Amino acid sequence: MTTKATRPNKKPIYFPVPPVSFVSSLFPSAINKIKRQNEIESDLISVQLLHQNKIREQIRCAIEMAKSTNDAQLLIQSLRKAYAATPTNLKIIDLYVVYAVATALIQVGYMAIVGSFPFNSFLSGVLSCVGTAVLAVCLRIQVNKDNKEFKDLPPERAFADFILCNLVLHLVIMNFLG
Amino acid sequence: MATSKVEGSSSLRHAFGGVLSVFILLLIGVVAFSIRLFSVIKYESVIHEFDPYFNYRVTQFLSKNGIYDFWNWFDDRTWYPLGRVIGGTVYPGLTLTAGTMWKLANSLNIPLSVETVCVFTAPIFSAFAAWATYLLTKEVKGPGAGITAAAILAMVPSYISRSVAGSYDNEAVAIFALIFTFYLYIKTLNTGSLFYATLNSFAYFYMVCSWGGYTFIINLIPMHVLLCIVTGRYSSRLYIAYAPLVVLGTLLAALVPVVGFNAVMTSEHFGSFLVFIIIHVVALVYYIKGILTPRLFKVATTLVLTVGIAVCAVVVAILVALVASSPTKGWSGRSLSLLDPTYASKYIPIIASVSEHQPPTWPSYFMDINVLAFLVPAGIVACFLPLSDASSFAVLYLVTSVYFSGVMVRLMLVLAPAACIMSGIALSEAFGVLTRSMKFHITKYFECSHTEAPAKLGESTSTESSAPLENMTKSDTTEKPEVARKEKVARRKQKKEKELTENAHVKPVSAKKEKRPLVLPLEASIVSVFLLIVLGGLYVLHCVWAAAEAYSAPSIVLTSHSHDGLHVFDDFREAYAWLRHNTEVDDKVASWWDYGYQTTAMANRTVIVDNNTWNNTHIATVGTAMSSPEKAAWEIFNSLDVKYVLVVFGGLVGYPSDDINKFLWMVRIGGGVFPHIKEADYLKDGQYRVDAQATHTMLNCLMYKLSYYRFVETDGKGFDRVRRYEIGKKHFKLTHFEEVFTTHHWMVRIYKLKPQKNRIRGKSRKSKLGSKSTSSKSGGMTHKNPWN
Repeated sequence: MTTKATRPNKKPIYFPVPPVSFVSSLFPSAINKIKRQNEIESDLISVQLLHQNKIREQIRCAIEMAKSTNDAQLLIQSLRKAYAATPTNLKIIDLYVVYAVATALIQVGYMAIVGSFPFNSFLSGVLSCVGTAVLAVCLRIQVNKDNKEFKDLPPERAFADFILCNLVLHLVIMNFLG
Repeated sequence: MATSKVEGSSSLRHAFGGVLSVFILLLIGVVAFSIRLFSVIKYESVIHEFDPYFNYRVTQFLSKNGIYDFWNWFDDRTWYPLGRVIGGTVYPGLTLTAGTMWKLANSLNIPLSVETVCVFTAPIFSAFAAWATYLLTKEVKGPGAGITAAAILAMVPSYISRSVAGSYDNEAVAIFALIFTFYLYIKTLNTGSLFYATLNSFAYFYMVCSWGGYTFIINLIPMHVLLCIVTGRYSSRLYIAYAPLVVLGTLLAALVPVVGFNAVMTSEHFGSFLVFIIIHVVALVYYIKGILTPRLFKVATTLVLTVGIAVCAVVVAILVALVASSPTKGWSGRSLSLLDPTYASKYIPIIASVSEHQPPTWPSYFMDINVLAFLVPAGIVACFLPLSDASSFAVLYLVTSVYFSGVMVRLMLVLAPAACIMSGIALSEAFGVLTRSMKFHITKYFECSHTEAPAKLGESTSTESSAPLENMTKSDTTEKPEVARKEKVARRKQKKEKELTENAHVKPVSAKKEKRPLVLPLEASIVSVFLLIVLGGLYVLHCVWAAAEAYSAPSIVLTSHSHDGLHVFDDFREAYAWLRHNTEVDDKVASWWDYGYQTTAMANRTVIVDNNTWNNTHIATVGTAMSSPEKAAWEIFNSLDVKYVLVVFGGLVGYPSDDINKFLWMVRIGGGVFPHIKEADYLKDGQYRVDAQATHTMLNCLMYKLSYYRFVETDGKGFDRVRRYEIGKKHFKLTHFEEVFTTHHWMVRIYKLKPQKNRIRGKSRKSKLGSKSTSSKSGGMTHKNPWN
């Protein structure tokens, strides 16, 4: 992409070569020396150009990275803004989900430290946290007013389903806890 | 006036249709129940085959001792001396269901015996399965397809073969649980209700309790979820249908003792966890996509992809290393043999030897699903017009079950519901198109004679629609043409308002132009409807024949038709009764593993190996004993405290499934564990024979001797009716066994181990005085280890 700009500069270098070629057949060594000099000159110029291109590319990369970090910041900001716009009841549900997942992670960490001997207890503890998080996400989906598929579903019914499923989940958990 | 009359008649038709479909479903249930009763009518109300005897014994124990003793039951009457933990190794669904039904009946003072309940469990649950198929297909396509599919499933021979009255096996309830679980999954997918998701988890729990084939469900549903995500059909209903099922389902599966921690540790379940993670990632992506602008979303994706791929690669590498470090890569032997059909024959001869694990032959497809074999592709096409989540699930179910049925003949049973659903959809669509064409043409004929207002047309359509009613097998398809009819009436009204001068003759043509792709000529429709009904009739005929002749035989009782009437061979029960009445309670009986369950259930004696085949070495021990010469066999059996040996012999009557025909498997399994048994020793020029050209090892092995002892006395020449030649060694005596019982048709022969000699005579005494080192000769009072 960036090498195209260098092409027109290269042409003037090779102009002296054709007239020299007539004389080169008569005086080979001197002409060769001139040729070599020209080549060295052309090499030097091309190296310079390459160096310039490299610098240009580096500058462009820096701009892009700056843009991307800028973008990343912009992204995070817009995410934060959009999330702040969600209604409070959904934010409460999200908080509950975060709490449940954090509890599950703490339990996994504890198991890593202490060992997994009563494996059914570990499994029931982690799965109860994950299960209630999943059910809360389902509730959030059903209660969210932006969700067109569930606009006929009254939120009380969604909450009742959520309670029922949690009851069943915890009944099973208590049976499995051991 | 006309519209309200049309609406009134249509709601009446709806009500009429509803009542009619309820009656049809009741009749379908009755058909499903009664077509499975042939064995009870032709023979008697007895439990068939081998595996059902074990289930029957467990149900007897449950009904006698209650559920706590059942969960904690350690059975010491099988796999002597190892025993078997019944509570932890049996799938309790079937026995708990039958036990509950028995308890319920007795509490209502209906005195049914446990045996009656066990015999009739399968037909009752097949009726339930037909109703579950109606519900499932109604969710996929519509009520018309539902009724057709239910009618087809009630009679499909593949399902009849494993659920006939007396076949008290896991599949009897498991197929109902399978279809019902799928129905609840599709219902949750269609409605997005968390209530149905909970019910789905319960149905899955019932399936896990009933059958080892539950792994099919827990791998098919994630596959379908993945398919929906990949084809861009992700919706929040998909999340609600899948995520609670995984969590609740895994927990409930871990509750069943036979599954236990396998629910989270074996590779069969990893697919569901992987898709669980994937669906969460996809849900998050869709959520973020919803709240960001498109440009920012692109930036977010590039950011996340670069980080995410690195993390994913690390995690996947760890997982693969973990799974690959186990020798079977985390899969159980049976599941591996499903994925790689050659696995069993290479590594586990026991799995390769089970007759139900053989691949099916082509004719068995036509025998088992008959007409459905070519209705299924039509159903697949019908599922694609239009494609919904539910119909894509039906197609995926069919394709996977076709593959698995090609691996194992036993899994044709899983193909049967899928084939029935597809054929039901195909037949219902075909009937819909044909009857619609017929109605269209008939009303067009009447329209040409009445060129008045469309109101009258409305009346005539409502009266003429009742005429083709008797042509249709289900009333619910009237709804579709009725809707089409109402649309045409409305459209015609609009056109009449626009162009008053146009006569009625032109209007049906213009309306017909809009409906032309969906209407066939009248004669073709009539002939096609007639042919489809004939097809249905042929299917019913085949199913009834298959149920009556092919699948109703209780293999415990055999019959043959000879010139002087029906001849009944009841030798098995004769032998078990003899064992029950003429031996001590603690005597151990050794036989090949096929007869273990029946011996424990009917003869009530301890056996060495039975049909559970969980311990390959123990079975190989018995196989080695059967393949060794008399002395070595006696020593092996003596070390296991065996008193009686039972062999099944069909040479006198021509019963082909006897032990001599199964003998090569005994050699292979024994040889797999004890290398001194080589299969080549028993084959002459690569051929298995027991006549005069048989090898010396074959003619001296225990199985040969116990099968053919005194056989020459029956006809003087020793002609074996199964192998169809004379046997090799005709006159011989048994040195270490004595014959105690042979049944009427020589089908079961029971031998007793002779006790050790008290005195040692001749050569062996001198050598014994000389050295006390181990020798393979039996003698004296020392117990020698036969293994070195």
